[in-house]
Amino acid sequence: MSSASFETIATEGTSPGYWSGVLRRLGRDPVAMFALLVILAMVLMAVFAPLIGPADPYRGQMLRRLRPIGTPGFPLGTDELGRDMLTRLIYGARLSLLMGVTPVFIAFFIGSAIGITAGYLGGKVNTVLMRTVDVFFAFPSVLLAIALSGALGAGIFNGLLSLTIVFIPPIARIAESVTTAVRKIEYVEAARASGASALTIVRVHVLGNVIGPIFVYATGLISVSLILASGLSFLGLGVKPPEPEWGLMLNTLRNAIYVQPWVAALPGAMIFITSISFNLLSDGLRSAMDLKS
Amino acid sequence: MLVYVLKRLFYTLPVAFGVSVVCFLLVHIAPGDPLTSVLPPDASAQLQADMRKIYGFDRPLIVQYGLWVLKTLQGDLGVSIATGRPVAAELRLALGNTLMLAVLATLIGFVLGCLFGFVAGYFRDSWLDKLASFVSIIGVSVPHYWLGMVLVIIFSVQLNWLPATGAGPGGSADWAWDWVHVRHLILPAVTMSVIPMGIVARTVRALVADILSQEFITGQRAKGLLDSGVFRHVVKNAAPTALAVMGLQLGYLLGGSILIETVFSWPGTGFLLGQAIFQRDLPLLQGTILVLAMFFVALNLLVDVVQTMLDPRVQRA
Repeated sequence: MSSASFETIATEGTSPGYWSGVLRRLGRDPVAMFALLVILAMVLMAVFAPLIGPADPYRGQMLRRLRPIGTPGFPLGTDELGRDMLTRLIYGARLSLLMGVTPVFIAFFIGSAIGITAGYLGGKVNTVLMRTVDVFFAFPSVLLAIALSGALGAGIFNGLLSLTIVFIPPIARIAESVTTAVRKIEYVEAARASGASALTIVRVHVLGNVIGPIFVYATGLISVSLILASGLSFLGLGVKPPEPEWGLMLNTLRNAIYVQPWVAALPGAMIFITSISFNLLSDGLRSAMDLKS
Repeated sequence: MLVYVLKRLFYTLPVAFGVSVVCFLLVHIAPGDPLTSVLPPDASAQLQADMRKIYGFDRPLIVQYGLWVLKTLQGDLGVSIATGRPVAAELRLALGNTLMLAVLATLIGFVLGCLFGFVAGYFRDSWLDKLASFVSIIGVSVPHYWLGMVLVIIFSVQLNWLPATGAGPGGSADWAWDWVHVRHLILPAVTMSVIPMGIVARTVRALVADILSQEFITGQRAKGLLDSGVFRHVVKNAAPTALAVMGLQLGYLLGGSILIETVFSWPGTGFLLGQAIFQRDLPLLQGTILVLAMFFVALNLLVDVVQTMLDPRVQRA
C-alpha cells in the first residue's frame, strides 16, 4: 500500500507529523525510555503473575512466618502469615496498578468532557460547571479521597470511585483553560462563521489541540494516584485482606518491622519504583511535547 | 487592593458553602444507619427512634443541614458517637498537634526545596542540576508513609536513636519544647517535609531558569551587574510564587497528614480521622473534614491576597 510507504517517509523526518515528532523526541530521551521499560515490566508482571509467581499468593504456613530475605525457596522472605513475599509482590502489581491507573483513566474522560464543554460553551454553563469543580478542588486531594472512601467504607469499588472523584476536578480545570484559549484562535472563529455545528468544531478543531496537554497533565497524576490508592489500602480502606496489594501488604507488615524490617519495607519499594517511573515518563513526555508545567 | 480582597472574599463564600454541603452529605452517602455503630444490634425500635431524635436524623435533610450550619457557626460540631465528648474539643487538641507538625515540615521542605531548586535552576543542565532535580523527583514520587516506615526502621529499630511513635511520655497533653518531646517530632516532620521539598524545588528551578533567561538579566549583566546583584533580582522575582506554593503546601499537609500520623501514631487530626473512620464515628468524621477543608479554603484566600500584595505584576482586581 502506498500509505505504508508514506508513513515510513514521515517517520524518517521529511515531514513529520506532530505526534510522530513527539514520539521520536521521547525515544531519544534515555531516562523516559528506561522509565517506560520499568512500567512495561510491571504491566507484564501483573498480566502474567500466575506464570511468574513461584508460589500460591494466598497460602501460608504458620511455621515459616517472617523469614528473612534470601531464605532458600523464599528469595524475598515470607510475610506475617508465612506467605511467599516474591509471589505476593508479583501478584500485588495487579491490584496496585489497577487501583492507581484506572481512576486517572476514567477521570481523564470525564474531566476532559466537563472542561471542554465548559471552555467551549462559556457563559452560564461554564460558571455552573467550574464553580462545582471549584468546590471539590477546595479539598486537599488526600483529604477528599479519605473522606469519601471513609464514608463509603472499604472495598475496591469504593476506593476506585473516591479516587476518580478526586482526579476529575484538576483535569477539568486544565481542560477548561486550554479549551478557552483554543476557542479564541481565529480558525475556530472561521469554522463557526462558516456554519459548522458546535459538535463538529469541537471534534475537528478543538479536540486535536487540547487533548495533548490534558493527556500529559493526566499522566503526571498517575504517580499521585498510585501513592494515594496504596495509601488508602495502607489505612485499611480500599483493598481488603487477604488480597495481595502493595499498600495493604505494607499495612499488615507494619508490626513486623521489629522482626524482619527489610521484608516489611519491600512492598513500599515497589510502589516507589512504579510511581517514580510514571513521573519520569510524564516529565519526558512533557519536554518531548515542549509544554511548560 | 481593598476592592480585590473584598472581591476575592466574596468569591470564596460560594466555595465555602459548597464545601459545607459536601461535608454534610458525607454522613448521608455512608451506607447503613449512622447510629448502627453505637446501638447494640438487639436495640428496641423505641430506643432506635429515640436516638434518631436525639441526633436529629428524623428531620428532613434540608432542615438537618440548616440546623447543622447554625450549630457549626456557633462552634458546636456535635458530639462524638464513640466517646460522647464534643467534637470541637477533640479537634482543638489534635489540630494543634497537626499544625505543629505541618508547619515544621513545610519550613524544612521550603528551605531545602529552595536550595535544591535554586542550585538546579542556576547551574542549569550541569551535574548539580541533574542531582538536585533527581532529589526533587524522588521527593514527589516517594510514598511518604513508606518513607516514614523506612526512617523508623533505620533510626528507631536499627540505630535506636529516635522514638518510633507517639508524641512523648504524656501523650500530647504535656507537650513542651524540650528534647524529651522534640525527639518525637523529628522523624514525622522530616518524613512529611519530603513532599513540599520536591514540589518547591521543582517550582523554584523552573522560576529561576525562566528569570535568568529573560532579557533584563542579560541587559543588567552587560552593564556590569555582579552575580550577587543577579541573585537579588532572581530572589525578588521568584519569592512571591515560591511563597504561594509554600502556603498551599501547608494546606495540603494539614489535610493529608493522616497517612504520616498513622505511621507515627502522632495524635493529630489525621489520627483522629483514622479513628473516626474505623469506629464509624460520623459526627467526628464530618467535623474533622469540615474544619480541615475550611482551613484549606481560608489558606487559599490568604495566599492569593498575600501574593497580590507582594507581587505588583499580579493585578487581578
